[in-house]
Amino acid sequence: MGTLSELVGKETIEKVLAKGRSTGAGFSEIFIEDKRSTSAGLDDGRIEQVTTGRDRGAGIRVVHGETTGFAHTADLSEAGLLQAAEAAAVAAKQGSGGVVTVALGGIDRHQVNDVQILPNEVPKTRKVELLERANEAARSIDQAVVQVSAGYGDSVRRILVANSEGVFAADDQVRTLFRVSVVASGDGGMQTGYDSMGRTIGFELFDLYDVEELAAGAARQAVTKLKARPAPSGALPVVIKRGSGGVLFHEACGHGLEADLVGKGASVYRGKVGEMVASSLVTLIDDGTMSGEWGAIGIDDEGHHSQKNTLIENGILTDYMWDYLRARKENHLQSGNGRRQSYMHLPMVRMTNTFVINGTSEPDDIVKATKNGVYVAKLGGGSVNTASGDFVFGMTEAYLIENGEITEPLREGNLIGNGPQVLRDIDMLGNDFAMGNPGTCGKDGQGVPVGDGQPTLRVKSLTIGGTAA
Amino acid sequence: MSSGNALQDLADRIVAQAKPGEQVEAYISRGGETSIRIYEGEVEHFVSAQSESVGIRVIKEGRTGYAYAGTLDESVLSEVFAEARDNVQFGSADEWAGLADPDGVEKVPQELWNEELAHFPTAEKIAIAKELEKLTLATDSRIRIDDANYDDAYGETAFATTSGIRAHGRENGCYVSVGTLADDGDETQTGFGFSVGRTPTDFNLARAAREAADRATRLLGATKPNSKRTTIVLDPYVTAQFLRVLSSSFSGENVQKGRSFFAERLGESVANPLVTLIDDPTNSLAYSATDIDGEGLAARRNVLIENGVLKEFLHSSYSARRGQTKSTGSAVRTGGTPGVSCLAMQLVPGTATQEELIAQVSDGVLIQMVQGLHSGVNPISGDFSTGASGLLITNGQVGAPIREFTIASTLQRMLQDVVAIGGDVDWLPMSANGMSLVINDVTMSGA
Repeated sequence: MGTLSELVGKETIEKVLAKGRSTGAGFSEIFIEDKRSTSAGLDDGRIEQVTTGRDRGAGIRVVHGETTGFAHTADLSEAGLLQAAEAAAVAAKQGSGGVVTVALGGIDRHQVNDVQILPNEVPKTRKVELLERANEAARSIDQAVVQVSAGYGDSVRRILVANSEGVFAADDQVRTLFRVSVVASGDGGMQTGYDSMGRTIGFELFDLYDVEELAAGAARQAVTKLKARPAPSGALPVVIKRGSGGVLFHEACGHGLEADLVGKGASVYRGKVGEMVASSLVTLIDDGTMSGEWGAIGIDDEGHHSQKNTLIENGILTDYMWDYLRARKENHLQSGNGRRQSYMHLPMVRMTNTFVINGTSEPDDIVKATKNGVYVAKLGGGSVNTASGDFVFGMTEAYLIENGEITEPLREGNLIGNGPQVLRDIDMLGNDFAMGNPGTCGKDGQGVPVGDGQPTLRVKSLTIGGTAA
Repeated sequence: MSSGNALQDLADRIVAQAKPGEQVEAYISRGGETSIRIYEGEVEHFVSAQSESVGIRVIKEGRTGYAYAGTLDESVLSEVFAEARDNVQFGSADEWAGLADPDGVEKVPQELWNEELAHFPTAEKIAIAKELEKLTLATDSRIRIDDANYDDAYGETAFATTSGIRAHGRENGCYVSVGTLADDGDETQTGFGFSVGRTPTDFNLARAAREAADRATRLLGATKPNSKRTTIVLDPYVTAQFLRVLSSSFSGENVQKGRSFFAERLGESVANPLVTLIDDPTNSLAYSATDIDGEGLAARRNVLIENGVLKEFLHSSYSARRGQTKSTGSAVRTGGTPGVSCLAMQLVPGTATQEELIAQVSDGVLIQMVQGLHSGVNPISGDFSTGASGLLITNGQVGAPIREFTIASTLQRMLQDVVAIGGDVDWLPMSANGMSLVINDVTMSGA
């Protein structure tokens, strides 16, 4: 396929940006996207189907005072784009202003991801084979495995962003993903196992990781849980395995450090920069430049270079995450966190790869130091109320800790805590950092790919939402 | 020719290109939305957008291929058809694969299009959202507004298959919502309120404002309760969310693939005899009412549980062929091959008000909000655990607010542990209705 700058010329973009400001608006922006995706699914022993998709269009944003007007179109002709620009301009303000001109320089690229094998150049047969290998590997683990579903997905997302302040930038974002879910059945009913892997790289993902191993792990998780006992009910120490609990930080504080929520007074972390908000063990980073990770981007969806931002340093809150609008409003620098799901969406402050860096404890010592508690080997999704700080996250693979040893498997459940309290309650941090599973973060109805990571750590008290006394 | 027919013509034209031995389905849609957000009396954003899409499914010798695109551009349409055809060769042969055949069931017409909304002036939409913000602020001095929103959307779809199904229709609707923050010292709690309609004149702004304020203020000063076994009374909104969690277990396809705890239990008691649960998208009171399912067959009323006894599983044409039964008109579009889902779940109500139900509870909790149903509930194993907030119930009276706790049981047990169903039916903007529901013997985990 042709590049976006071939599809929509610079002169057209300049005209569109000028049109966007024609009713007197101070800012106009065009975001063009061309995304091709392929997915294939296996279920019940069959390749259900291979799907290919194409989404292409432009979103035009116009900011007039405090009001943002936005329109999008799948029509990338000059006439189509000008019509959308006019709609956005009218949306931002009724009436007419003056004539504006916008001049752009050359296209800016900030490359952080390195793709070896473009997935759209790989025969579909090879993608389908991966699914069959995963199916066989999962089923060979145990007779109790009764159902396997596996999914392969890749996308090549090309974006071009230009605005009336001279930003003119492009990025190609290539992502490849694989997931397996397994059902095992035994005397006590059914249990499930799940695992996934995904990177912002091409088909070389499968040279780096083994789908059989991933599938076998998901199958073992399901089979192990057949013997699981009900999870405890109440507050206990919780040890979270490396690379499985980044979602804890994503929910406990990540969302609360997004400047749009802070600016509206909807975050427990408002007004807390410079204050101790976490255990001094905690240094939290959001890093869009982490090459190949699921949340890695060259530029954000407002054309700003991705950055490595320190949010919490040794327990002290150092900064929030910012997008264009919030940074402009508060006279702060953008941080490369302005992201959107697609050309049909407005950008807002979003995380990229959010992680806690290593501490010094040996992971084994953390378990040994815990007399009774819960060891979480795999977390599921989560959610947070940023204003109150209350958050939940699911544990999909967990074990009891008894007398400093990991013992019996537990059934699933949610854990609940309050963000600021849990951050202070982190009392041991391991030296075994790992990134976790690829995630999709939802906010205001939009999903974007995000990564997370942490070393093995302990929270001295979290409420486990099980049923056992 | 109306634009609806133009879409139908396009769908027909694609299907007419099917080659011998190919089954082809074309699904075309076109729509638009207006989204207005008000903050502190000003328009924060105004989104006006159109979108269109085409999906083409091709089945040959039992193998399925699918492709879609977010444009109806002619050059892309031929690419989509070619991709769908190319994808066929990679699917496994499946003897039950295929399109739905017309089954003669008559559609129950639904009024899904409102002409007034289609011509509703933009300035009045903005005024409605501003009014909602103002009304909400006026409810309580402790209330701040996170955002007040007006949203509307319209869509037209057309559908054609080589098996002879043709359907086109259009639908529109509108929605207002408000998010609130309530402050008391260092503490902040949040709430939300909403109202939906076919046209803005259906809105009840006063109720949306009051509920948004109540949800936030009633949690101020809430504490974390101690862990114990207790009785819960679910607010109608929470009951609807609970019903949604059960939905996938009624799917005939999930039963066939070993993903439903209801498998092998048809005709058995799976719930308290008080429970009668139906799926009825032909009931026009339901927010998700529709006249056709995702394969173009007439939507219909299906009884899932009657007086506690499991009566029926739901089917698409695929799961029906596989199970040697008939489609129940329950197909949903999830991409290529349609899935199976409840379309409009309705628990048959009792007669008591929420106050009367609470009066019967000596020691329990009124659950007003839940958090984390997606992460703590496993519809395959039935494990149920969710974050919650609400009010303590003591001797039939609601008391102090509590938060940061979970409620847990299993879905199987909770259905048996239902002890009362309220008469306070609320038709919520979800694919399930809501009413107060009392469930015994649930574990509350807190401090």
